[in-house]
Amino acid sequence: MSKQVIVNALISAVTFLVLAGWLLGISMQAEPGGVQLVFAEPSHLHWLWGGMAAVFFGQLFFPSQVDKLRHVAQAKKQRFKLPAMDRKGSNLVACFVLAGAIIWPFMVSRGSVDLATLTLIYVMLGLGLNVVVGLAGLLDLGYVGFYAVGAYSYALLAAEGWGFWTCLPIAGAMAALFGFLLGFPVLRLRGDYLAIVTLGFGEIIRLLLNNLTELTGGPNGISGIAKPTLFGLEFNRKLKDGGFDTFHNFFDISYNSQYKVIFLYLMALLLVVLTIIVINRLLRMPIGRAWEALREDEIACRSLGLSPTVVKLSAFTIGAAFAGFAGSFFAARQGFISPESFTFIESAIILAIVVLGGMGSQIGVILAAIMMTVLPELAREFNEYRMLMFGLMMVFMMIWRPQGLLPMSRPHMQLKQEA
Amino acid sequence: MLEFKNVSTHYGQIQALHDVNMSVSKGEIVSLIGANGAGKTTLLMTLCGDPKASSGEVLFEGKNITRESTHQIMRGDIAIVPEGRRIFSRLTVEENLHMGGFFATKKQVEERIEEVYQLFPRLKERISQRAGTMSGGEQQMLAIGRALMSNPRLLLLDEPSLGLAPIIIQQIFDIIESLRERGMTIFLVEQNANQALRLADRGYVLENGRIVLEDSGDNLLVNEEVRKAYLGA
Repeated sequence: MSKQVIVNALISAVTFLVLAGWLLGISMQAEPGGVQLVFAEPSHLHWLWGGMAAVFFGQLFFPSQVDKLRHVAQAKKQRFKLPAMDRKGSNLVACFVLAGAIIWPFMVSRGSVDLATLTLIYVMLGLGLNVVVGLAGLLDLGYVGFYAVGAYSYALLAAEGWGFWTCLPIAGAMAALFGFLLGFPVLRLRGDYLAIVTLGFGEIIRLLLNNLTELTGGPNGISGIAKPTLFGLEFNRKLKDGGFDTFHNFFDISYNSQYKVIFLYLMALLLVVLTIIVINRLLRMPIGRAWEALREDEIACRSLGLSPTVVKLSAFTIGAAFAGFAGSFFAARQGFISPESFTFIESAIILAIVVLGGMGSQIGVILAAIMMTVLPELAREFNEYRMLMFGLMMVFMMIWRPQGLLPMSRPHMQLKQEA
Repeated sequence: MLEFKNVSTHYGQIQALHDVNMSVSKGEIVSLIGANGAGKTTLLMTLCGDPKASSGEVLFEGKNITRESTHQIMRGDIAIVPEGRRIFSRLTVEENLHMGGFFATKKQVEERIEEVYQLFPRLKERISQRAGTMSGGEQQMLAIGRALMSNPRLLLLDEPSLGLAPIIIQQIFDIIESLRERGMTIFLVEQNANQALRLADRGYVLENGRIVLEDSGDNLLVNEEVRKAYLGA
């Protein structure tokens, strides 16, 4: 046993004492004259001495083993690299994010949850428009028209006593039908011309809603739209006539208006997740590739026997359907809709979300939607300078990151390895 | 297999093709040569239905396809390698090929993709590379591979040598030759008259929208007028 080892052991033991002593040996107690430092009870001190002895004798008799442990740790570090995030990894991350998004509303204020619900609506709209603009490359400035169609479809059907979950697909289908009907004549146009026609379409829808007073209530809109229910359970304090039961009564808990907000948030989350899954699925299908191919080169697509009209129409229709879903959820959440909610600025915001997020990138669109809804709220104290700041931010964004927050990296196909 | 009967094509008021008569038989390589603006590409595009012939008939295997829409024509047994390649530059090589086999079943696509990789081993090395990042020659190979994915019986090539180095051009023409050996019928439109005629069974010379000469490839190569106008001799 060399002197070196004993010195080493002593140094280790003293270091342990110094480090652990502060934690275990001394405690602070509030006395009438101020905080006093007091030596800990003997039971704590026993642990301290025991630990010191363990370190000392460990270093004294098994220095090689202790060293080996360190070597193992180092060797491991060299031999393995953190694996690159593959699909499994990103799935895991997605699961965590989702779990976080589910737990989150239970911990924050009602206002935040409400804002988050609005954000999720924009995420849905952004993802839908992303199919049309980002993937198929069709500039659509009238997207809000389909949103309006979805919202009014739900509002009118709900007035007839239809439930939300029945109306949701119908609203989506209605919006898709409008997309299809509009798409037929205009999709032979390209670029700027298409943008102008779609812009006009959005305005036409709004004007129709304003003037078809018997059906849509005109500028007064439609109010008292039924809120969605959880398998028939309502979230109101009192049961409506003919309703099944209220949520708090059924589960025998006291009424809390927060439940409704959280329920709406979770529903929006569910819809967004469904949207992401469906669009991801479409992207991996030939039709998704055809959208991108068409954006890349229309002539080449035609030379391969694809009908550009059909491909464009499919993108337009599917994009419109998602706007319809978002619209019907919007109507259900607000309980009141009027043409005011569907002005051109909405289209512009949704388009800005898609462009800011990086055309075609889904994660980018989600981030951009969060930015576009949360930032204006945060900047509320700047009052009238708010929109100015917002505009400036977008200008700088386009200068510094013209490709968007997270430009699209498309899912690659991988060949099966031959056995 | 393919026949043009008195085909004329107009762009608005301007007549680009004047009563063109020509034919391609099964298993042949037919070259169409001509100067810039002679109407070579117009002739191909008329075959593809865009623009449509203003008079005359285009027959494919006896069937009149003059009035059919482009995507109907191209979905059948005809495939084109368009001028300037026109690959989907932001898609990967493999995705480009998949686009070519859009109307085939999954199994067919897998088989054909293997065939294309056999023909162009270079493409297999670049499976997941973005097509736009490849060299011109590789892009041309990809364009040909993509056209082959629909398993056509007639392959149209529009200026496959455009913008390529001579050694690459030679490779491309070797590949075209090997396609003929597999029984493919090929209609080749080229400015590079020397190569195109050497390869061709028959050739046509197009001038100002009119077919002015028709002969075997070898005969055209030694033809005085052709040599003067297109071969620089």
